[in-house]
Formats: sequence, C-alpha cells, structure tokens
Amino acid sequence: MRKIATILLLIIVALGISQSLVKIPFGAPKTKVGRYYIEEGVEETGAANIVTSVVVGYRGFDTLGEVTILFIAAIGLGAVLTAGVRGETRKTQPASLVLYTGCRLLFPLILVFGTYIFIHGHLTPGGGFQGGAIIASGFLLIYLGCRERRISRVASNLAESLGGLTFVVIGLLGLVFGSYFLLNFLPKGTANALFSAGVIPIIYIAIGFKVGSELASIIDNLIEES
Amino acid sequence: MSFLNSYIYYIGAFGLILVGLYIILTKHNLIKVIIGLGIMDTGVNLFLISIGYITRGTAPIFSSPEIDSERMVDPVPQALVLTAIVIGVAILALALSLAIRLYQHYETLNLRKIKEQKW
Repeated sequence: MRKIATILLLIIVALGISQSLVKIPFGAPKTKVGRYYIEEGVEETGAANIVTSVVVGYRGFDTLGEVTILFIAAIGLGAVLTAGVRGETRKTQPASLVLYTGCRLLFPLILVFGTYIFIHGHLTPGGGFQGGAIIASGFLLIYLGCRERRISRVASNLAESLGGLTFVVIGLLGLVFGSYFLLNFLPKGTANALFSAGVIPIIYIAIGFKVGSELASIIDNLIEES
Repeated sequence: MSFLNSYIYYIGAFGLILVGLYIILTKHNLIKVIIGLGIMDTGVNLFLISIGYITRGTAPIFSSPEIDSERMVDPVPQALVLTAIVIGVAILALALSLAIRLYQHYETLNLRKIKEQKW
C-alpha cells in the first residue's frame, strides 16, 4: 500500500518535472551572467580558471557561507559522537607489512598532490575544496593502513582555525583598502602565471587547509567510534 | 531518438532523484534511507551540471590563448556544484553519526520499531 502510494506520488512528480523540463533546451547557452563571467572574468579577477573566479571572486561571500556550513557539520558530528558514554575500544587486527609500508609511502605523495591541486586552483581544474578532499583521503589511507596512528587534534584544529581566520581577515582587509568585503586588493598580474589573480590563490589555500582538516577530523571521529 | 539524445542527461539526473526519493519514502532501514539521500544528492548535482552544458563545450579555463570562449560551458552551475559536493559529504557524515547514536540508543535501525518518532 505504501509502495503503491509512493509510486503514484513519484509518477506525479515526474510528470510535473517533465512538463517544465521540455521547455529548457539541452546544450544551448542559457544564462547571460555565465556569458559575462567568461568574457570579463579574466580581466576583472586575473584568474585563468573561470570557475575559480566565480567561486572565490564573484561569489566569495557565498563560499564563506558554504565553508561555514561544512564547519558546523563537522562540529555537530564531533558533538554527537563524542558526547556521552564512549564504547569500549575494539581490538583491531594490525595491517600486513605490504599495506603498512605502502600507506606510509603513498601518504606524503598524496599530501603533495593535494597541495598542488589547491595552490594551482586559479590556473587548472581544482582548488581548495578538491585539494582538501584529496588531503583528507590521504589521512583516511593512514587510518586504514596504520591503525594505531592518529592525527593530532591540536594541529588539526589549528589548521582549521587558521584557514577560516585567513579567509575572514582577507575579506575584512578588502574593507580597509577599498569599499567592500572580499575586495581583490592585491595586484592581478598576468593571467596563467602562478602569482596572479590577487587574493584568490591565498583564499583558496586557506579553504584547502580548512576543508582538509575538517574532513580529516570527520574521518577521525567516525573511526574512533567504530 | 533525437528526444533521447537531447534529454538523456535530464532523464538520468531526475531518474537518480526519483530513485533516491523512492528509497527515502519506502525503506525502513535508516542506513538505506541515508544511501537514498546520497543518490538524490548525486542526481541534483548531475542536473545542475547538465543545465550549464553547451553542445561540444569545453571547460571554462583559459589555459592557452587559442581556446574559443564561445564554446565554454556555463561556469556558474559548476561553481555551485563544486561546493555542494563537499557539503553533501559533510551532511552524509553527520547523518551517519546520528544513525550510530540512534543504534546505540534503540539497538535497531528499523524506523518502524523506533516508537517515539512522530511521522
């Protein structure tokens, strides 16, 4: 009965959506604002990657809010999991020598790759969010391969706080040097150079540290619990 | 066939959303409900990306001067999805942690057997 009602509901939803979707042509240019960003983005922000100039430049305040959502989710997860009684720590079988050595060998390479991704966020596909996720996957590998190792809570909290603080302070410096929050006050340089695009690479590096340490602490909390 | 060619991404994206919605509405296991949430999240991301696609488009990155800016896809949905993916991961982790606590308290994940829920 419940399944039949659900399927009827889904059919109604699908019909309603398809009515509106046939009016949206697939593969045709749609928004004027996207066209504007493509044509003017390189000159206005100095970043060769237009997606980065949208994320950190034009919609930087929005990104600050999204980073805050991630922060609150990580805090909430820590509060939910560490509050109250802790279960007894389960005995884990140590990983084999091949896995242990492989994880320890791969971990610095993954860190370097993640750092490369978020330092070059304004030039190539990538950025703070992706680089942070790659760094967190390196920590996950360490947790799976070397079971007794733990990341330092102090260092993780420090990286997270410094990342968030850098983002907000650069935004406020825009108010000091100019007229609005998150103003790109540094020289833009030439596009496609590593030192270009003003404050965008600095903010993206801060986001990379913040996202990486937050996702690593989420993994840490979940593994401590299981 | 031309209909399928022009709307296949929309059909796929909304197929994922409807599959996720079906799982959320009918399954009784909390872990399965969270998996449905993840599938729905993927569907929404795919839909946003396919909205911004331009036929034979390329990435909106001026990596070399001979790239034609007319062929670049819309960067705005990509920027939205970029952050939405990371937030989706964090929300899934939060939901899983609540599921862990719920299991420790009620010793079941079956939503039908958890009596105090209001819906």
